[in-house]
Amino acid sequence: MNDFLGDAHAFLPILLRGLGVTLELTVCALSLSLALGVVWVVMGRARFAPWRWLSRGVITVVRGIPIIVQLFFIYFVLPDWGLDLPPFAAGVIGLGLAYSVYQAENLRGGIGAVDRGLIEAGEALGMNRFTLWRRVILPLGMRHALPSIGNTMVMLLKDTSIASTITIAELTREGQLLAISTFHNGSVYALIALLYLAASLPLSGLVRVLERKGRLA
Amino acid sequence: MITLRGVTKRFGARAVLKGVDLDVARGEVLCLIGGSGSGKSTILRCINGLERHDAGTIHVDGTLVDDAGLPAIRRRVAMVFQRFNLFPHRTVLENVFEAPVHVHHEPLAQARARAIDLLARVDMADHADSLPGALSGGQQQRVGIARALALRPDAILFDEPTSALDPERVGEVLRVMRELAEEGMTMLIVTHEIDFARGVADKVAFVDQGVIAEQGKADDILTHPKAARTAQFLARVLHRG
Repeated sequence: MNDFLGDAHAFLPILLRGLGVTLELTVCALSLSLALGVVWVVMGRARFAPWRWLSRGVITVVRGIPIIVQLFFIYFVLPDWGLDLPPFAAGVIGLGLAYSVYQAENLRGGIGAVDRGLIEAGEALGMNRFTLWRRVILPLGMRHALPSIGNTMVMLLKDTSIASTITIAELTREGQLLAISTFHNGSVYALIALLYLAASLPLSGLVRVLERKGRLA
Repeated sequence: MITLRGVTKRFGARAVLKGVDLDVARGEVLCLIGGSGSGKSTILRCINGLERHDAGTIHVDGTLVDDAGLPAIRRRVAMVFQRFNLFPHRTVLENVFEAPVHVHHEPLAQARARAIDLLARVDMADHADSLPGALSGGQQQRVGIARALALRPDAILFDEPTSALDPERVGEVLRVMRELAEEGMTMLIVTHEIDFARGVADKVAFVDQGVIAEQGKADDILTHPKAARTAQFLARVLHRG
């Protein structure tokens, strides 16, 4: 136990730096995944059929390929085609894209739960499609989708560990480097696990707060 | 002001409207009565394009109801819904200035001031900052009427505005509607409130199986119906209690 405390004292500064990168990665990829998720959902409900096919196609393809393979593609293959991204950007784009299809499914479910009468009320008030989405469908759909979006957020936080494979110095990679150089595998991985857990708890709390604030009565 | 000629509408295999002719003059209050499934709500919903009619023509002040005409028509013709359909994520006040600000781009301060006046008019000024979910049905419907008035409409379509209300809440909504009628608002009202129709409507049209079976002065239709099915319908609704 004393060994563990000593290790914790020695390793935590490095691991916390890694955790900082993990959180940055999570926030950036989350924002991108939600923005892209909205795009897939709006395209999926477009009147112009090719938009719907494209949305369906992207979701099918992205969902069917492991995240780690997508990251390798973006980081190792795109440079061959002239697109050389720094690791962090590649990680944000890869995770954001991979998670956008889950967010699209979350949002699609939430939007499906929006009362048809409210959409008609917007139409009757003269809203065009853009205003209807911005003022009625997305804000209400988002509320319905919040529990599942929150769940996806926690999964994304943990899956940022995959970005360790493309040299991003986030929590898992910092830990691996420590473990390799010190052989204190037990302490290092226990600390990593505790830090991920500690980071996920406030996320769950955040979702609960948002749900309460978004309550409709 | 609102003119329907030979309007038809099918939902799949079911013909809901089978050639509806109807005229509503400016300043007139016309009540549409009829059994459920007769097509009276569909008539309203075709006028502001919530449903697209299949054949026939609908004009509002000379503007044809089609894709090109709808934006102008929705600006002039407001709607009040059976289930209120207030936006649950916005306060009462925000519901009322939603269209002026976010559809017609009026300055916020001006739209807000007018929304407060409109809420006072339907006696809901005290609830301006409440969310709709915290209100009774009658209160929500009065906000719905204020939201419709915020468009400065030439006409308002009422789709069974009191059918979802507790009986003791019906009167407060009908009172607001009666005031609007007295001020000369053009109103097309789908309703089961026969006494209200008798007291307020200039004209009544009885809708049955997708056509206007009979129309005329409110008193004539409601007291001395000519068509047998009108008489049967009235006997049913007037003696239900």
